[in-house]
Amino acid sequence: MRDFLRAYPAEAKLLAVLALLCAFLSIASPQFLTLVNLTSLLNNNAVNLIWAVGLLVVLIAGGIDISFAVGASVVQYLVVSALIGMGGGGWAVGIALAMAFGIGLGLINAALIHGFRIISIVVTISTFNAFFGLLMFFTSGKSIYSLPDWLSRPIYLWELQTEIGWADIRLPVAVMAACLFATWFLIRRTTTGRQLYAFGDNPEGARRAGINIWLMQAIAFGWCGMMAGIAGLMQAHITKEVVPNALIGRELDVLAAVVLGGARLGGGRGSVLGCVLGVALVAVAQNGLNLLGVSPYAFKMVVGIIILAAISTSNIDLATMLAPKRRDRE
Amino acid sequence: MMDRIKHAFGPEVPGLLGFLLLVVMVFGVTAPNFLTAANLGSIAFQLPELGILTLAMLIPIISGGFNLAIIYTANMAGLTLAFVLMQFGGAEAGVGPFLLGTVLALGVGALSGAAMGAVIAYIGAHPILVSLAMMIFLRGLGEFLTKGGDISGFPPYLATLGHGSVIGIPVPLILFGLCALAWHVLLTRTRHGFAARMIGSNLKATAYSGVHAKRTLVLIYTLSGVMCAIAGILMLSRFNSVRVGHGEALLLVTVLACFLGGVDPFGGFGRVVPVVIALVVLQVLSSGLNLLGANQHLSTAVWGLFLVGVMILRWGAGRWKERQRGRS
Repeated sequence: MRDFLRAYPAEAKLLAVLALLCAFLSIASPQFLTLVNLTSLLNNNAVNLIWAVGLLVVLIAGGIDISFAVGASVVQYLVVSALIGMGGGGWAVGIALAMAFGIGLGLINAALIHGFRIISIVVTISTFNAFFGLLMFFTSGKSIYSLPDWLSRPIYLWELQTEIGWADIRLPVAVMAACLFATWFLIRRTTTGRQLYAFGDNPEGARRAGINIWLMQAIAFGWCGMMAGIAGLMQAHITKEVVPNALIGRELDVLAAVVLGGARLGGGRGSVLGCVLGVALVAVAQNGLNLLGVSPYAFKMVVGIIILAAISTSNIDLATMLAPKRRDRE
Repeated sequence: MMDRIKHAFGPEVPGLLGFLLLVVMVFGVTAPNFLTAANLGSIAFQLPELGILTLAMLIPIISGGFNLAIIYTANMAGLTLAFVLMQFGGAEAGVGPFLLGTVLALGVGALSGAAMGAVIAYIGAHPILVSLAMMIFLRGLGEFLTKGGDISGFPPYLATLGHGSVIGIPVPLILFGLCALAWHVLLTRTRHGFAARMIGSNLKATAYSGVHAKRTLVLIYTLSGVMCAIAGILMLSRFNSVRVGHGEALLLVTVLACFLGGVDPFGGFGRVVPVVIALVVLQVLSSGLNLLGANQHLSTAVWGLFLVGVMILRWGAGRWKERQRGRS
């Protein structure tokens, strides 16, 4: 327990806040702790979480990516156009294409960052503008409504009829779980993962230790792009349409949730658990406000206050508070 | 001569002026209506809004931070002024309520900036995160207060501020000029500006050399908030309406303009003059493309590609200089 607190201070605090919030909501609102509500929360936040773990890898490697949500829009459009062009396709082709296009966009970022030694925020703000402008220019802002049948048909993996309606888990949740697991495996169970942390913590030190820094940038931004692509396809699957300017603006909300989850801007720290908790806190807070009958216009405001409050209390260290008192400080 | 310009305004100025000349020449030849008074006038009216917002972004970046809340701070300030005007009869409101509203709007901007500055300085949280949270909060607050709609119908004299001209110079451009001059003097001639740059270079060293770094940080974000409020008031008078989310797309463009103007993304270095020239280049690019029949979205893409291009050229120039030094 104390090891967990010491190793993951931000995550532990977030977990405590989330638990308190859930406890409060389950008392205050009878609908909160129902399967219908919890599964719909899960279904609605799958896309955000996929983005979050992609961004996490970039943050761990010491970079930042502003362009991923716009990148997801580009991938959506390309994949769906390609699928229509080839006369249908299927899930395997769709996901493979989304991953490939996403990695491609990520590698553009990585190549600019590494090739010309431009820092990531400058590059991704440029590519954010470039991707979005080009997408809107070439598509003239037109949406695609005629998706292939298999893509627009909801897939239920599990469902259960309860007194207040159907509780179900849909395909995006399974994809999200796979993405979470893959990211966890990459950063915690592989040498590459250790190298990503080392590179994010101290790039020069990592370089001198023999880590290939071009490879690190390529993996981090390629991974982020890949997740963005998958999330884009899932979003198209959920909304049954591709609207080129639907996802712009989501990047900053995802960034806030990931950093709330303990990932450090500047690199070297962050975990998949933190991502999940960060996204969950924002989602549960909004859901709770909704159930308590608060005006939807007030949601964002309260979410802003929660993030501000979370940052403002970030000095409080649970590990030292819970540790047994030691008389000395040798 | 060249050296003197470089010394006074920064090493980026000659390069950026060259770019500007190139862009103007290319569009002057290809776009028939480019070099007309009407087009130059429309550039002069469009520039100030983005320009003032960029100034609001500039000082936090120089201090090694960011202010992602600029757009919504501007919206909130505009909203404050709008509320005051509405209280005094909307379109019939006199000059008194306008002055009162302006003071309150500047106050709102300063307050939101000061709050961010305090959290950044005294808690040591990352500016991106703090301003992001503030942005989400202000957006929510604005949407809550307006229910997502817009407020319009302001006194006619406000149109002078947004669309009028004094001896042929657009009023918004004069306002922008004054703001830019104030920022230039602040950054180059005052103790506070010097401290802001030093904080951007090395926060700890600055604090140890006897600068009250925390207070300076609060002041930096407060000033940024005030500048946002000026932008908000200008936007109100230009569009004759206030809507939360107005100008949203400009947020990252202001960052782009700062970087294009040679501001160091890590903080510590940056000047007002090259940023202003960068803004003119961006606006000229956008207006020229517009005349050639492209839409705003293509300009957005070109802005992004242009920044990448400039960064690559700077990288190349840096390597070339290094090689020259190696030889001699």
